[in-house]
Amino acid sequence: MRLLIVEDDAEAAAYLTKAFREVGHVADHAADGLEGYAMAEGGGYDVLVIDRMLPRLDGLSLIRSLREQKDDTPALILSALAQVDDRVKGLRAGGDDYLPKPYAFSELLARVEVLARRRSAPASEPTTYRVGELVLDRLAHRVTRESQEIVLQPREFRLLEYLMKHAGQVVTRTMLLENVWDYHFDPQTNVIDVHVSRLRAKVDKGFEQPMIHTIRGAGYMVRDSR
Amino acid sequence: MTAADALPRKRQKFLPTLFRTTAFKLTAAYLVIFALFAAFALGYVAWNAQRLLTDQIRSTIDAEIQGLAEQQRQGGIRRLVNIIERRSRAPGASLYLVTTPVGERIAGNVEAIPPGTLDRTGESEIEYARSSEAVDTPSRALVRVYMLPAGFRLLVGRDLEERDRLGIVIRRAAGWSLALVFVLGCFASWFVARRVLKRIDGMTETAHGIMAGDLKGRLAITGTGDELDRLALNLNAMLDRIGELMAGMQQVTDNIAHDLKTPLTRLRNRAEEALRTAQSPDELRAALDGAIEEADNLIRVFNALLMIARLEAGRISENMSELDLSEVVSGLAELYEPLAEEAGLSLASAVEPGLKVHGNRELIGQALNNLIDNALKYGAPEQGGDGTVAVSARQVGDQVELSVADRGPGIPEADRGRVLDRFVRLDASRSKPGFGLGLSLAAGVVRLHGGQLRLEDNAPGLRVVIFLPAGSPKPVDTPALTEPAASTAAPNPAGLPSH
Repeated sequence: MRLLIVEDDAEAAAYLTKAFREVGHVADHAADGLEGYAMAEGGGYDVLVIDRMLPRLDGLSLIRSLREQKDDTPALILSALAQVDDRVKGLRAGGDDYLPKPYAFSELLARVEVLARRRSAPASEPTTYRVGELVLDRLAHRVTRESQEIVLQPREFRLLEYLMKHAGQVVTRTMLLENVWDYHFDPQTNVIDVHVSRLRAKVDKGFEQPMIHTIRGAGYMVRDSR
Repeated sequence: MTAADALPRKRQKFLPTLFRTTAFKLTAAYLVIFALFAAFALGYVAWNAQRLLTDQIRSTIDAEIQGLAEQQRQGGIRRLVNIIERRSRAPGASLYLVTTPVGERIAGNVEAIPPGTLDRTGESEIEYARSSEAVDTPSRALVRVYMLPAGFRLLVGRDLEERDRLGIVIRRAAGWSLALVFVLGCFASWFVARRVLKRIDGMTETAHGIMAGDLKGRLAITGTGDELDRLALNLNAMLDRIGELMAGMQQVTDNIAHDLKTPLTRLRNRAEEALRTAQSPDELRAALDGAIEEADNLIRVFNALLMIARLEAGRISENMSELDLSEVVSGLAELYEPLAEEAGLSLASAVEPGLKVHGNRELIGQALNNLIDNALKYGAPEQGGDGTVAVSARQVGDQVELSVADRGPGIPEADRGRVLDRFVRLDASRSKPGFGLGLSLAAGVVRLHGGQLRLEDNAPGLRVVIFLPAGSPKPVDTPALTEPAASTAAPNPAGLPSH
């Protein structure tokens, strides 16, 4: 995956590029808004990671300009302004995701990977997600594993649906809270963990290999461990 | 600069300053306007008096001419001449002159009239001299020439001296009074402006004192209730408010310093201890994990504080929309239900469908989240038994009532006002994780939405009740609106303070 990081703080930028390269991605760096715009326009990036406040051209204007040029490269906004309105403004400007500073790198990585995958995914969502022997039928609202039906509550179904949609990818707790519950605030508790462990009890109980894996310090991942 | 230096400069600057005061300018403007009116009134009076006198003189002359003409018709020119000779000698007599058709003087007391006067019949103002006086001190008179039969002419007139003297008297009076008005006006304006200036200079001095750091300083009030007093009162009120805000800021800063120092110290200690004692990479890793966790806690406190500060500044008014509160409440109840179970409690929710409020979904969600989180943390019954956390939402009149009630130890009545403040944690809760910001944040959110948050006794336990102004009316299918009278007779929310 090719990434462009537009960040004016040299230390933060160096940390990010290094971290992304360590996990096997190609990361370029632009130090201000105009340079970032020129590089992004050159194309070829899978995801843009853009700081909100940049010299010469601020992050939101950068994204807006790109969108006007019909460039729909997914963009994630990093912002030190953790205001309620801020996320909405960022998304309205054409950003695809928003992460307030300071953030955990695992959170950023998970979100960037989801954005990159979304881009390469086919336009229409499949009606069925399949991970190994675990099958989720979105139309019939049925989940089976090795042909055995698993009965789920509506919210558990949506939780599993989101995890399976991003099978093989790390999904963080915040991402689950935002996408499954549509809550954009900090619950300050391990409330998501309890839901996942309930789901895990239904999906993995009685099977030798677990489907739902806990990724230490990051979140969860659904993957066929065989 | 010493006081001795300051004085002469002040005096030197006083006059130009005086001219620039509003009081001076206003007085000057009034003065000019008043003088103009006075001049106009006096002029009008003078003009009218003169006209009145002229009219009187004119009618006297007319009457005399008529009488004399009558005498001439009855007794001929000789009788007329006799009468005129007699009248001319009387003291304070009018002016008389009778001439032949060629202009020779026959009788009368007038000499030296301007040539051609007799050719014009009718009225005219002329300069003349009496026969008895010297020619070189002419007087002014109003005269009238009357044609007698056979070309004789009769001139009758009255001296205008009296009238002219009145004019002069009035003019002089006007001049003096205007001069007096001007002098008095100047003096008055100087006096008024000086007084105002003095008070304003006093205010300026106080303001300088406050700017220099004397924050307790207040403007002097004279007690007259005039506009300067009102201004001073308002400025004082403003200073008080600023003082309160500053005290509040100070309080918050102190609290932040205190509450951030604790986890920062912990963070530092942990890192130091790991450096000193850790033997294996695993131990180091565990220490780093702990450090990151502490850092995350710090960030949480920061975020909560920032949000409270913004709420209190009322700066999150954007992004408000009509939202389905029922959905938010039941969603949150569902989110927390497993957690409650894990904590050995149960979470029961009673939410009326279709409740609408105008607000920010994330803020209201965060507020409710904090309340439920608190209830789960502190709401465990002390002696076991029924540990139900009850979440409810219903419409009461034109308000929506949200409540989160637990069966825990509750909050003593004396502490209920206090716990809404930032960083307040009751002793009983100190052993549990938390920062004492959840309730303050919830209260801030409720205030921003124009609602109220109250803490009640759930006997036993705590019941937090939030009233929010309802958005659009409830959907028609709810029982409350099936009876037409129901909406008007809606019960007042019991115990709601009316203010």
